[in-house]
Amino acid sequence: MNSGIRFDGVSVAYGGTTVLDGLDLTVEPGEVMALLGPSGSGKTTALRAVAGFVRPASGRVFIGGQDVTALPPYRRGIGMVVQQYALFPHLRVDANVAFGLKARKAPKAEIPARVAEALEMTGMAAYARRYPRELSGGQQQRVAIARALAIRPRVLLLDEPLSALDAQLRSGMLAELARLHRELPDVSILYVTHDQVEALTLADRIAVMDKARLQDCGTPQDLYRRPRTEFTASFVGNANLLPVTVGADGVAFAGAELKVPTDGVAAGASATLCVRPHLVGLGEGPNALRGRITEVQWRGSTHRLYVEVGGHRVKADVRELRETPALGTEVTLHFAPEDAVLLGAGVADG
Amino acid sequence: MLVHSRTGKWTAWALFALLFVPLFALPLLVIVAASFSTHWSGAFPSGPTTAHYTAAVRGESLQALTTSLVTAVTASLVALTIGTWAALASAAMGKRGRRILDALFMLPVAVPSVVVGLAVLVAFSQPPLLLNGTRWIVILAHTVLVTAFAHQSVSAAIRRLDPMYEQAAASLGARPSYVLLRVKLPLLLPSLNAAAGLCFALSMGELSATMMLYPPDWLPLPVLIFTSTDRGSLFTGSALAVVLMTATLLALLAVSRIRTRASFR
Repeated sequence: MNSGIRFDGVSVAYGGTTVLDGLDLTVEPGEVMALLGPSGSGKTTALRAVAGFVRPASGRVFIGGQDVTALPPYRRGIGMVVQQYALFPHLRVDANVAFGLKARKAPKAEIPARVAEALEMTGMAAYARRYPRELSGGQQQRVAIARALAIRPRVLLLDEPLSALDAQLRSGMLAELARLHRELPDVSILYVTHDQVEALTLADRIAVMDKARLQDCGTPQDLYRRPRTEFTASFVGNANLLPVTVGADGVAFAGAELKVPTDGVAAGASATLCVRPHLVGLGEGPNALRGRITEVQWRGSTHRLYVEVGGHRVKADVRELRETPALGTEVTLHFAPEDAVLLGAGVADG
Repeated sequence: MLVHSRTGKWTAWALFALLFVPLFALPLLVIVAASFSTHWSGAFPSGPTTAHYTAAVRGESLQALTTSLVTAVTASLVALTIGTWAALASAAMGKRGRRILDALFMLPVAVPSVVVGLAVLVAFSQPPLLLNGTRWIVILAHTVLVTAFAHQSVSAAIRRLDPMYEQAAASLGARPSYVLLRVKLPLLLPSLNAAAGLCFALSMGELSATMMLYPPDWLPLPVLIFTSTDRGSLFTGSALAVVLMTATLLALLAVSRIRTRASFR
């Protein structure tokens, strides 16, 4: 069964405000696509358009090649898990998981086995007779996932599924979700999140959204190493964005000549140089930048240094220093030419 | 509590007692005392007796109690059905339609109940719908009066109901009717139950509209209390009042027991 999702120019407006603007995106069968963006970027609206809870003002939504734009939610064959779990409080765990099967009139004899299978898969078999209120947040989320999987959906929509969990539980659940996807390789997953770690860990591809539009789409490695827009570079991995002028075989930044691949950007043009903080080193080296420390944050295994270089702030994540440098200290930073990415024209001060 | 000091607490309790006892507790206690007396001279009733109660639970009085109970149960159930239906419908409507519908259902509260009684009397005294002289006109008036409260409290509960439950159910493949029966109504059950209790209590005590409508063979207990005190039988009336009070309280207690079982959150 074909299980992909396709957005074909989908726009959604609420009372004159466009919250999703002409989204074109294809999720391949069996693929995990993360919709990553800040709140208000339109990512949840896109998911709700697939679920059928919002009606696009224009454009079509396809599930498994079938145009579902006009179908009511209950006829779309999707599984959905939301941040607040939305377990039915009046039903026990097993009845919650069986809900979709009963609603779809699955053969009565099959239901117990499929409920058990779904609960087994999420490690909740021992809690079948409990009420949702008797479970912790993480357990409730597992039940919600079991409930969505029990109907064997073509696509699984996950709307910030881990946001309500604490950090430790979240990384455990991320591993669980990755395992579930390996066990169900045919299910397409649309995963809405504002957390780049979740997106980078779980997704086959990431669609970066901002201001109701799709900004960028690619594999996590691709977006992280070769971002195409400033927004992607800063939202995924919080990069340094330095306004530079392109020269013959490098760029000029704050009076310094930096050797970086210019990839065909015309000499003399203004551009933005993107360098990841953890690829910036302290001390002399190629592409040296001299500046003054304005802020130091100790982050356990690393120190985050904020260094002012020619009026611009450069972030550097270095391995934990024996002695915390004093504010105002003159330091030299460097980075390897191949670790920098030149983004096209358009200058903004990072 | 907002008051923390010891004297402050005592003052608050004293003030509460000062207001509560004469306004709420004493009049009811006087009724109870009167119901056990044969005459009342001076400050206290005298001549203790249970004869009024013996009379109050048989014959005409028992008939009146049954009438009240049947009227209240029927009116409450019908009102709850109509009120819930309307509340569900108005929740699905646009802002404007919702406002109009809510205002319509609030009308019987805004209009004095004696006017509602008169309106029902005038409207149903002519064919084709000739209900005057039958028990149905009393039940109808009670239904009209209490539907407003049912609609009001169920509407409030629907507004509080998180739409995510409905959406989760729909995404799992449940049709709207299945969602209503298996998700919405069960989640609304505690509120429906509270609304039923409210309707029942209001109907049990309704007098002014009933007075304009009741046929000789359908005489609810409040009317009997009114007519006996009007004839001067204060002590019989008191006993009947205590019976009415007790019956209503017992029914509400039973309803609230169901409610605790039904509340899941």
